[in-house]
Amino acid sequence: MKKHKYTVISVCSFLIVLIIWQLVTDVFHLVSPIMLPSPTTILKTFWYKLTGGTVPDGSSLIQNILSSLKIALGGYVVGVVIGVPLGIGMAWSRRFELFAKPLFDIIRPVPALAWIPLMILWLGIGYASKVGIIFFAAFISATVNSYTGIRQTSQVHLWVGKTFGATNRQLLFKVALPTALPMIFTGLRLALGSAWVALVAAEMLAATSGLGYMIQISRLLGRPDVIIVGMITIGFVGLLLNTVLEQLQKRFVRRGKKHD
Amino acid sequence: MVEKKQPKVQVRNLTKKFGDLLVLNDISFDVQAGEFLCIVGPTGCGKTTFLNSLTKLYEPTAGEILLDGEPVDLKKHNIAYIFQEYSTMPWLTVEENVRFGLDIKGVEKQKANKLVDEYLDIVGLTKYRKYYPDQLSASMLQRVVIARAFATQPELLLMDEPYGQLDIQLRYHLEDELISLWQRTGTTVIFITHNIEEAVYLGQRILVLTNKPTSIKQAIDNDLPRPRKIASPDFVKLRNEVTDLIKWW
Repeated sequence: MKKHKYTVISVCSFLIVLIIWQLVTDVFHLVSPIMLPSPTTILKTFWYKLTGGTVPDGSSLIQNILSSLKIALGGYVVGVVIGVPLGIGMAWSRRFELFAKPLFDIIRPVPALAWIPLMILWLGIGYASKVGIIFFAAFISATVNSYTGIRQTSQVHLWVGKTFGATNRQLLFKVALPTALPMIFTGLRLALGSAWVALVAAEMLAATSGLGYMIQISRLLGRPDVIIVGMITIGFVGLLLNTVLEQLQKRFVRRGKKHD
Repeated sequence: MVEKKQPKVQVRNLTKKFGDLLVLNDISFDVQAGEFLCIVGPTGCGKTTFLNSLTKLYEPTAGEILLDGEPVDLKKHNIAYIFQEYSTMPWLTVEENVRFGLDIKGVEKQKANKLVDEYLDIVGLTKYRKYYPDQLSASMLQRVVIARAFATQPELLLMDEPYGQLDIQLRYHLEDELISLWQRTGTTVIFITHNIEEAVYLGQRILVLTNKPTSIKQAIDNDLPRPRKIASPDFVKLRNEVTDLIKWW
């Protein structure tokens, strides 16, 4: 009953915004539709794009989503596959940390977008350079969180393992990694978020499809309704991807995350 | 105590410095096989450093520790260590926690299952085997740790104030449980505590340590009959004797 009440309150805020929006646009015409189209216009455009409409950017919404996913997931997977082991390695081996961490610490504060010029120079303006930019966005979060996760391993747990005669490898796999797993998953989620955020910027590079491209081109064509449809879609797909990872985390990270 | 053949543990001139700070000062003693040795000392006298040096978790600055006449090697010798802090793994269930040491040692699955069942039963946690540590009370957590240690059938069991965080009633209960486990398994136990009553209640022999830099002040044999009565005159007399040794600084 109470839960119901809260949902109602949340829905109210949405409704109020939508109603005011509709009033200032289509009803009282206080704002020009070139600046801000009405919710009903956006809904119509959304339906049009979703059902395969290709005007004005040349692709349907589904095609754009798939094109964006291909770039975002491509860069994400490479970033995670390199970032997670790198983070674990730096946290676990003092020697490797001394070797790799100074370099990583310099790369870490550089925003993924700052790599755009170099990426174009090195990889051209095709798929590879876009993936490269996403890679940096995902790689940093994946590395940092895996590193921190391993570092949280409790000394006593390591001692328990050692007194039972555990090898270094056993300590890593039976003590440190289980400790770090929740943090590693958090890293995977943050990395996915960063990858998705960097997408629009990556698609500024001579794209012919994709959600970022759709937004860009619609600005030039004066179609704010398509821009907003694109923004909402980016938001929803991002939310969906995050939910998928959350479910995976629930399955793989077992309860009892609390540390004494 | 009558000299037996070879002592189980021989500590020879054990010394540990942290930088310039001398913590353990030339400690030597023997522990006989199957003995229950209690070590008491004032708080902060380096008891934990002592055990950690004994197990090579800290590298001793000087001296050596022999187990059955050989230098301690954690990969070879079967040692279990019960720490002062809660040391159950929060990501493992009760039974997986008890199995942890057996897994590390690569004990064959069927044998491990049997040992886990047996020790879960002994500490009374069979009903809770599928629970996670954050669902258990403090005394249950400590029982999990004790089952985990005994399940590996250690030849040497080290305990560092394992009951320091428990209230007095639970402590009595777990102490009795420990004694019966020790009597049943015949394992050698070194038990560190700052609680004099606990030391007199448990130990066959009591080593009293001095303040830092730590050395052995005195060893006292304790052959009070078990089960011991903490209110009996002999018990009180011995307890006072130990208390006086510790108070003198």
